[in-house]
Amino acid sequence: MKSNRLNTLTNGIVKSNPTFRLVLGTCPTLAVTTQAINGLAMGAAVTFVLLCSNVMISLLKKVIPNRVRIPAYVVIIATFVTVVQMVMQKFLPSLYDALGVFLPLIVVNCIILARAEAFASCNPVLDSALDGIGMGVGFTLSLTLIGIVREVLGAGSIFGAPIGSLGNVSMTIFILPAGGFLVYGTLMAVVNYLMRLSEERKLNALHSMPQNDEEEAEA
Amino acid sequence: MNNIYFTIIVGSIFVNNFVLSQFLGICPFLGVSKKTNTALGMGFAVIFVMAIASVFTFIVNEYVLVPYDLEYMKTIAFILIIAALVQSVEIVIKKFSPSLYSALGVYLPLITTNCAVLGVALLNVENAYNLFQSFLNGVFAGVGFTLAIVLLAGIRERIQPKNVPESFRGFPITLIAAAILSMGFSAFSGMFGIV
Repeated sequence: MKSNRLNTLTNGIVKSNPTFRLVLGTCPTLAVTTQAINGLAMGAAVTFVLLCSNVMISLLKKVIPNRVRIPAYVVIIATFVTVVQMVMQKFLPSLYDALGVFLPLIVVNCIILARAEAFASCNPVLDSALDGIGMGVGFTLSLTLIGIVREVLGAGSIFGAPIGSLGNVSMTIFILPAGGFLVYGTLMAVVNYLMRLSEERKLNALHSMPQNDEEEAEA
Repeated sequence: MNNIYFTIIVGSIFVNNFVLSQFLGICPFLGVSKKTNTALGMGFAVIFVMAIASVFTFIVNEYVLVPYDLEYMKTIAFILIIAALVQSVEIVIKKFSPSLYSALGVYLPLITTNCAVLGVALLNVENAYNLFQSFLNGVFAGVGFTLAIVLLAGIRERIQPKNVPESFRGFPITLIAAAILSMGFSAFSGMFGIV
């Protein structure tokens, strides 16, 4: 039971990472990652909304009639997004400006609706909360990673702090829209490659195990 | 006077192309771009919904939200309008034009969660467009979306039979293709003094 919960939590971070594996919520992924800090802020906002909406939907799953569930989910999600918007506008105005229209657009971020539909609507509250956190953290890490790559290559800085004289040789293309597609595509290919590598290793381990047993038996 | 209309039209098709330079509507852009025909169908459905959504959200914002000081409800109100609109458009088309329904029907439910539609509604308010300007922006943002998705579908049809390295197959190579497409579109930036 306990390892099951742990699985729920880590599932979103590696195995079904929403950005690189499920390819959900691609709009903010590309749009806000010109700087690492924006990626981190967007990730945090999405994680909060994901956690709250997963918990709320899991609590209300018996109350919401099946036929109107999607509009009901959207209203719940929109409520939490509005909360995030108000809090950010008040306390982090510079980030609020940087994220711009993509902050209200969290409402239509497919990760949140997908998790509501696929997980929270048929699982208990605690599991839904863990799933929300896992998916949110996976999303945050991916966005921050893309943000770091783009900021280092495109502006020669990291989290706003310049790295030596890298700023003089920076390639502006990476903070332009084209660079977003390029970095995302390349990183996804790298993740695919690593996943395939680890799967092959697992497969090899499975194949070699019975042989080892035989050898030991012979010895 | 004519200048602002020109700015909106050229701006939303080329300079600030919704998909390739503003990153709105990336999910259908990647998801429904395997074949040129389906991409075109999706594109027309988006133009249609965006045009109607721009008008309705403008009216609701101007005559309900602003007078009663409810602007913080914008996100919730707009997404509900779009969801209701998409549903009713689907019912109306199904009733009156079965042929159009069979062409656009499958794409309509997907459009509710297309961030480009909510995006265009929010940007109309942000830019303080009037009713006609909002409508125009909705239509031509949709045209820009259609242009981008059809171009990408054309590229993907060519890539399909080629021997792509295994790790790059599927989404990664599509994203790289989109990057090159986006580079082309970035040549429009600053054209006619539109930022």
